[in-house]
Amino acid sequence: MTRRRLLASAAALAVLAMLPALPGTAQAQGTPIPEGEKLKVGFIYVGPVGDGGWSYQHDVGRQAIEKEFGDRVETTFIESVPEGADAERALTQLALAGNKLIFATSFGFMDAVINVAKKFPDVKFEHATGYKRADNVSTYDARFYEGRAVMGTIAGRMTKSNKIGYIGSFPIPEVVQGINSSFIHARKVNPAVEMKVVWAYTWFDPAKEADAASALIAEGVDVILQHTDSTAPMGKLQEAGGIGFGQASDMAAFKPTPRVSAIIDNWAPYYVKRVGEVLDGTWTSSATWAGIGEGEVEIGEITDAVPPEVKAEAEALRDKIGKKEYHPFTGPLKKADGSEWLADGKTATDEELSQMNFFVEGITAQMPK
Amino acid sequence: MILDWTTFLLLLSAATPILLAALGETIVERAGVLNLGVEGMMITGALAGFAAAHATGSPAAGFLGGAVAGAALSLIFAALTQYLLTNQVATGLALTLFGLGLTAMFGKPYEGVKAPAMPGGPLGINWVVWLGLALVPVIWLVLNRTRAGLVLRAVGENHDAAHALGYKVRGVRVAAIAIGGALAGLGGAYVSIATVLQWTEGMTAGAGWIALAIVVFAGWSPWGVLAGAWLFGGVTVLQLRLQAAGVAVPVQLLSMAPYLATILVLVVISARQKYARSASGAAPGSLGRTFHATR
Repeated sequence: MTRRRLLASAAALAVLAMLPALPGTAQAQGTPIPEGEKLKVGFIYVGPVGDGGWSYQHDVGRQAIEKEFGDRVETTFIESVPEGADAERALTQLALAGNKLIFATSFGFMDAVINVAKKFPDVKFEHATGYKRADNVSTYDARFYEGRAVMGTIAGRMTKSNKIGYIGSFPIPEVVQGINSSFIHARKVNPAVEMKVVWAYTWFDPAKEADAASALIAEGVDVILQHTDSTAPMGKLQEAGGIGFGQASDMAAFKPTPRVSAIIDNWAPYYVKRVGEVLDGTWTSSATWAGIGEGEVEIGEITDAVPPEVKAEAEALRDKIGKKEYHPFTGPLKKADGSEWLADGKTATDEELSQMNFFVEGITAQMPK
Repeated sequence: MILDWTTFLLLLSAATPILLAALGETIVERAGVLNLGVEGMMITGALAGFAAAHATGSPAAGFLGGAVAGAALSLIFAALTQYLLTNQVATGLALTLFGLGLTAMFGKPYEGVKAPAMPGGPLGINWVVWLGLALVPVIWLVLNRTRAGLVLRAVGENHDAAHALGYKVRGVRVAAIAIGGALAGLGGAYVSIATVLQWTEGMTAGAGWIALAIVVFAGWSPWGVLAGAWLFGGVTVLQLRLQAAGVAVPVQLLSMAPYLATILVLVVISARQKYARSASGAAPGSLGRTFHATR
């Protein structure tokens, strides 16, 4: 308690100390930032910028902000921030350094963001993939499961052993949606397909991700989807002659095989839009969940390792999802325990998806408790 | 069906980087030096080894490069702690941060580059794994059955006495640090060249810290280090294989197991040290203490 009070008062002191030095920086929401004054924007990443996947892609978004606004903004980032208590320290540090807009780019930063946001009411926070909001905390997410549907279609068509593997990070809704979506669409095109799931319990640990890929390959898996951030599984797939998909980033170095396509997170448009809103004073707390249609989820080039008819099928699915003509979670669908989930033709609501904690029928892997 | 040859091969591969680094650190600590920079030396070895393998197309040259880079980095630590008498804990931590930062900077051109193919070895086990296994009895023999090993242990147990007997405390320690660095670098190179087959920033992801814990877990014995590395590698691989096979396992518990075991062993060791000052399994007497010859 005393420590928290100490932190809070230190924070308050620091904010007070900045007031006379920078007149007019303590903006009430809705006040534009005048020309000639810099907006400082901070980022925390869960992995290193050079992971070639998730954090790399957020950094591409950060660079897009600098390119768009030039002198009007100044961005900084802290990389490899562990999820948990240390994230609070990193966020506090960014807030004390005068950043007025802070992006926290991993699910596990959620509680840290909410805690720090309470202490800095004049700082605006953006939290990726979470569900807790406040007046100065927005959330944003991408409909990765839309991309997974396309990858699942390719996986179902391409597997020769009828076993596809999924390297999961943590059993959180975002990842569970991905597993379900890829499985549903793989089975749609190939009823014999089976899904093996391995949880790595990390977002970034190349050696462990490689070991997870090896364990799946040892089970006869020849197509792997990954929900961890490094390119390590690609190396193992190449060695074993299997195929995989770029995750978060294009992972183009592994074209044309093992990487036959990719789900690319394109955060740049959202980041540029939100920074623009802070600059002209129109930023409000919101929850954004965009997908293929909005360009936030992109499907990386499908290489020639995929037969043309499969490629055409995957691209047709992508376009249908993009135009909102098809929802990847459309009934009839049952849960893995056999109970009814969605009736014929019914689609899942965002509410249901954001709390998804079950596998769909056909996945035999156990959901960790 | 799970406890088969494939699992054993995966176990050997997963255990090798930790085994190599922990064997190196065992030598260093037996000489009375605590080098917490293992993670930094491993990541440096991972990058340098990958770069050398990529440049020459030969994994062997890569492993050599990794070992040399690890040794080179450890000599910075040696110079600081043995000649400038800095605090070993602080210097070791700094070495880790330095290694991580340095490799993040110089590693940029190697991102997305593929490693040359690893040649296989007897029984489908590559020769670096064999080397790691062979080093266990060799290091045990040298430490316990040779004069050089005796001097090294004397320096580690009581540097003042060793100095009074005319042994070059500083020289022995610098040599031990360099060997430890070379083995850590080799372990790091194994991660980039043989396990992950590419360079990624921060790719050792804490393996150096696990190696440090295993040295304590092992009671500073090479055989104990082998047991610790296999336990750790085995649990990691086994839980992944069990999951892939669809067996319901409490993953979180299994992931915790090696760390729990380490804590348990630490408790046992400290209890043993408290009640009976027996030499086996106890930390070297001069571990982490600065030595200054004029005293």
